[in-house]
Amino acid sequence: MVVPVSYYLALSIALFALGVIGVLVRRNVLVIMMCIEMMLNAVNLAFIGFADYFKAVDGQMFVFFVMTVAAAEVAVGLALIVAIFRNRATVYVDELNILKW
Amino acid sequence: MQMIFFILAGVALVSGGLVVFQRHPLRSALWLIVNFFAVAGIYLLAHAEFIAAIQVIVYAGAIMVLFLFVIMLLNLRQPEEELRFLHLGQKVGGITLAVFTGLLMVYTITQVVLPPGKEAPPGLGNTESIAKLLFTDYLLPFEVTSVLLLVAIVGAVVLAKTKLK
Repeated sequence: MVVPVSYYLALSIALFALGVIGVLVRRNVLVIMMCIEMMLNAVNLAFIGFADYFKAVDGQMFVFFVMTVAAAEVAVGLALIVAIFRNRATVYVDELNILKW
Repeated sequence: MQMIFFILAGVALVSGGLVVFQRHPLRSALWLIVNFFAVAGIYLLAHAEFIAAIQVIVYAGAIMVLFLFVIMLLNLRQPEEELRFLHLGQKVGGITLAVFTGLLMVYTITQVVLPPGKEAPPGLGNTESIAKLLFTDYLLPFEVTSVLLLVAIVGAVVLAKTKLK
């Protein structure tokens, strides 16, 4: 009873679409970053599904690297958010319109 | 096996939906931890034990602690305002666009004809084979990763400094 690879891909697509909804709909930049994490996770799931299907470990290597990039991205991104909050006292992206003249 | 997959997939999808549609970011973060645990369970089903452990340690542990720390540091008492009529069109448009993206991915993947899957080669376990590959074929990316983490540390420290000269 092996789980077919299409199930992994379907779940991956569903999670990715949920993340896209979150990024497009939410205003809170923290929630947007969480949704980006969810999208990265969905891509990891596709990698793992294919790695299991082809019985190759290379897919898991890529997941390893994606996780590293995600950790770096979160560290820098949250520092940016805190810095912006210090200047503008808001975390809502529709109020961060200083570039929009 | 498939039953466990369906249960975990359901947990992942429901908690993912709650991440998106909870109004308070703290609740979103807590549901995201549930989501990460469910996905880690699916990794276990897919014979990726090492990645499952890393998922729990790095994602559900380190990254989410960072998120919760920042949410509590910023101390956002009032939840996001429920309705901003100006953005209603954007919401509908965003959801439509996301669903369209998902359908496009489904269509693209169904076009691909996969070669048949292989039998598992006997021998090394999951962690051993990852370690072997990491220190032979993927040695350069592995080292570059460490530089990336160093850059992230320096960047976070520079951004967190109160005064930029």
